[in-house]
Amino acid sequence: MIKYLLRRLAFGVVLVVVVSTLTFFLVFSGGERVAANILGDSASSADIAALTHKLGADRPLLVQYGEWITKAAHGDLGSAWTTTGSVTEILWRRVPVTLSIVGTAVLMMTAISAVLGITAAVLGGWADRLIQVVSVIGFAVPNFWLGLLLIIVFALDLRWLPATGYVTFASSPAAWITSLVLPVTALVLSGIASASQQMRGAVIDALAQDYVRTLSARGIGPASILYRHALRNAMPAALTVLSVQFIALLGGAAIIERVFAIPGLGELTVRSAIVGDVPVLMGVVLTMIVVVVIVNIVIDIINAWVNPKVRLS
Amino acid sequence: MNSSIAPAVRERTSLVRSVLANPTGLVASVILLSLALVIIFAPAIAPFDPVKVQVFKVNAPPDAEFLLGGDGSGRDILSRLIYGARNTVLGALIAVSVAGTLGVTTGLFAGYYGRLIDTIASWISNGLMALPAIIVLLAFFQALGSSIYMSMAVFGVMLSPGFFRLTRNLVQGVKHELYIDAARVSGLSDLRIITQHILLVIRAPVVIQVSIVSGIAIVIQAGLEFLGLGDASLPTWGGMLQNAFDNLYTAPLSAFSSGLAISLTVASLVLLANAIRDRMQRGDAPQRLRHLKVPVRSTSAPAPASADILLEIRDLVVGYPGRDGWVNVVNGVSLSLKRGEIFGLVGESGSGKTQTAFAVLGLLSAGGRILSGSIYFDGQDLTRASPSEMRRLRGRHIAYVPQEPMSNLDPSFRIGYQLVEPMMKVLGISRAQARKRALELLGHVGLADPERVFKSYPHQISGGMAQRVLIAGAVACKPDLLIADEPTTALDVTVQAEVLDLLRNLQAEYGMSIIIVTHNFGVVADMCDMVAVMRNGAVVETNAARELFAAPQHEYTKMLLDSVLEDSKPRTYSAPQEELA
Repeated sequence: MIKYLLRRLAFGVVLVVVVSTLTFFLVFSGGERVAANILGDSASSADIAALTHKLGADRPLLVQYGEWITKAAHGDLGSAWTTTGSVTEILWRRVPVTLSIVGTAVLMMTAISAVLGITAAVLGGWADRLIQVVSVIGFAVPNFWLGLLLIIVFALDLRWLPATGYVTFASSPAAWITSLVLPVTALVLSGIASASQQMRGAVIDALAQDYVRTLSARGIGPASILYRHALRNAMPAALTVLSVQFIALLGGAAIIERVFAIPGLGELTVRSAIVGDVPVLMGVVLTMIVVVVIVNIVIDIINAWVNPKVRLS
Repeated sequence: MNSSIAPAVRERTSLVRSVLANPTGLVASVILLSLALVIIFAPAIAPFDPVKVQVFKVNAPPDAEFLLGGDGSGRDILSRLIYGARNTVLGALIAVSVAGTLGVTTGLFAGYYGRLIDTIASWISNGLMALPAIIVLLAFFQALGSSIYMSMAVFGVMLSPGFFRLTRNLVQGVKHELYIDAARVSGLSDLRIITQHILLVIRAPVVIQVSIVSGIAIVIQAGLEFLGLGDASLPTWGGMLQNAFDNLYTAPLSAFSSGLAISLTVASLVLLANAIRDRMQRGDAPQRLRHLKVPVRSTSAPAPASADILLEIRDLVVGYPGRDGWVNVVNGVSLSLKRGEIFGLVGESGSGKTQTAFAVLGLLSAGGRILSGSIYFDGQDLTRASPSEMRRLRGRHIAYVPQEPMSNLDPSFRIGYQLVEPMMKVLGISRAQARKRALELLGHVGLADPERVFKSYPHQISGGMAQRVLIAGAVACKPDLLIADEPTTALDVTVQAEVLDLLRNLQAEYGMSIIIVTHNFGVVADMCDMVAVMRNGAVVETNAARELFAAPQHEYTKMLLDSVLEDSKPRTYSAPQEELA
C-alpha cells in the first residue's frame, strides 16, 4: 500500500511541476503584450517598454522561470502586476472562499447523488426515469444560466435570498449560509446529474456480482446485502466519480463566482485573465493543481482503506 | 473486400432509421436539423442585422418589430440569436475536431501497439483530466492571442482524453479477437486492419462521444464568452447572456432566450447520444419490459403424498422478459428428490438446469419469474412462498454451492466474516460461537490452516481453497438440501476429485440431499443416485444413475453419453462403460 501511495504522490508532484512549468512558459511569453494591455490604447511604445522592463518581463524566459521557481520553492509567488500586494497574500484571502463553496457543493452532491443513485439502482422504474431526466437537464443547463435564473426568481422577484456577495463564516454564520444557497445550488446541479447516474451504475454493477446471490443463498437479507456488501464494493467507483466531479466543480466555481460576485479564486482568475495579471494567474493555476493533487491523494488513501486488494499489496 | 464493407453500410442505414424511430431520438434530430438550417440560412431568416443598433430599442420588451425585444445596446435579440448559432456551433466544431482527431488517433495507436506509447499517452491523459479546464483556458487566454476559437482548440486538447480512453479500451478489447488475428495472419498490414476492422468497432461509440463532447464544448464556450472572453463584435449565445447579465436588473427577461437556445441544443445532443446508445444496447435491455403480465396461475397441485420426498418439482415454467413477451428458459420440468439422495441434473449449457436450481432457491436473475408449476419443499409450495419466507428457508434449509469460487466471495470482507455473519443471522448464535464453528468447519472441509484462511481476504487464497470455503459456508447451518451448481467445473482436475469426495462425505455425515447441476457425466457416475437429463428447458429422461448409464432410453441421452465416451472416459466409475460396451 505504501508503494501504491508513493506512486500516486509521485504522479501528483510530477503533475504540479510539469503543469506549472508549461503554464509559466505560456503565460509569461507575452510580457510586452500584457504591458500594452495594462496601459491601455493610448500608451506610447516607450511607456510600454518601460513597464515591460519594470515588471522584469523583458528578460529571457528561462531567467524569469529560474527566478520564479526558486522563489516559489520558498513560498513566494512574486507580486501582482495590476494590484498591490504579493500573490500569496491575495491567494490566501481567496482560497477559503472558493473552498467553502466547492466544499459545500461536493458534500451536497455526494449526499444527493448517493441517495438518488442507490434508489434508482434498487427500485428501477420511476426512480430510474427521474434520474435520467435530471441527468439530461443537469447536463444541458449551463450553471451560469441557472445562476441567472435563480437570481431572477429568488433574489429579484421573491426577495428571499441575496443576489450577490459573500459573507465570511466568522462574521455571521447565518448570513454565510444564505450567501451560499444560490451559488451552491447553481453549481451543484450538473454534478448531481452526472454523479447520480454513475453511482446508480456502480450500485447496479455491485448488486449483479455472483457473491450477492451466494450471500442471499446463505440467508443474508436484502438490507445487509445492499448496505454492507454492495455499497462497500461500489465505493471505489463512487470515489473515482467524486474525484472527477471535484475537478469539474472547481472549474465551475470560476463562472459561478462571477455571477454572484463572490471574491474567490475563480473571480480572481477571470479578472486577472482579462487584464493579464500574469503572476496572479500563475499562482491560481499552481494553487488549483495543488488542491486537486491533495484531494486525489486523500481519495486514493480512502480507496486503499476500503479495498483490501490495494491495502494489502 | 466488398463483403466486409457491405454489412457495415447496411447497419448504418438501419442505425439512422432506428434512432429516428425512437421518439426522443426523433425530436432531438429534428431540433438539431432545424439548428443546421438556421445556421445555413441565417441571413435569409434573421429579420435584422445582428449588429445594427437602434438607440430607442435598448432593453426594449418584445414588440411587433423586435419579436424577442432588444438587448442592452438596442440590438434585435432574435437576429442575434440566429446569427449567434453560427459562431457558437463553429467553436464547438473546432473543439470536437481537435479532441476527436487527437484522442482517436492516439487511442488507436496506444490500444493497438500498447506498451510504451500506451504508458506515455495514459499519463498525459490522466494529467489533462486532473486540470479544471476553464481555469486553464482563462490562464492561457492572453497568451493564446485573446481568440475564443484558439481557446476552443486548446479546450479540444483538454477534451481529448475522453476519446483517447474510449478508443484505447475498445481497441484493446477487440485486438485479440479471432478475426483480427486471422486478418493479421493472412498478411493484412496494420494500417488496413485498423482502417477496415477496428474503425468499424469504434464508430458508434465515437459518434456518441462526439455528440456529448459537442454539448460540453457549447457550454464551456458560452461560459467563456459570458465571462467576457469572447469577441464582442460577434453575436454569440454566451455573449448574449453576458449582455443580459449586465442588464439583469432592468431587463431580466432577456436572459431567457439565449440560455434556452444553449440548453435545447445541448439537451438534443445528449438525447441523440442516448438514442444511439439505446439502439446499440438493444440486446440487453430487459428493464423496459419488466411490466409484462404474469399469467394467472391455476390452483396449486396437491403436496406430495410421501413424507420421504424432500423436493418435488411439477411442471415448472420459468420465464424472462424478451422483446416479444416471455422467453421460457425452463419449460415444464418435473422431478422429485428423496431425503438423503444425491440427484444429478445434467444437460448442455442453456438447457435450463441452472435456472431450475435458482428457481428452487428463489434467486432467479433480475426479471426472471416462475410462470407456472409448483416446487414442494418439505411440504411447502415455494412458488407461493413470500420473499421473507424464502429468506428464512435459505441457508437454514436450502443451501447453495456456486460454480465460480473466486467471484462468489465478497472481495471486500475477510473470509471469516463471510462465514460468521450468516451463522449469527440464521442460527441466532453469538459472534464467538459462530467464530468457533466457522474455524471447525474450515478444518472440516480440509483446509490445513483454518486460522489463516479465516483471517484472509478472498484474493489471498486459491480457487480450490475458495471452493472449500464456499462449501463450508453452505453446510454451516446443516441444510436439508444442498444445491451445487457445477461445483467442480472451474477447478483443476486434481482438486475436482477432492471436492467431490468432500461433498460425498458431508452428505453422508449430515444426511442431507444434494442436487448437483453438471454437464459432466463423470461427476454423475461418481456421485449420483438419480439423474435427470435436460434439454431446451425440459427433462427428457429421469432414471436411477446406474440404469441410465446401462440403458439410456432417450436419443438425446444416448448421444450425450456417446460423445462422452468418444472424448474421454468418466473419471472413476467404470462399471457403466463396460455395460455400455
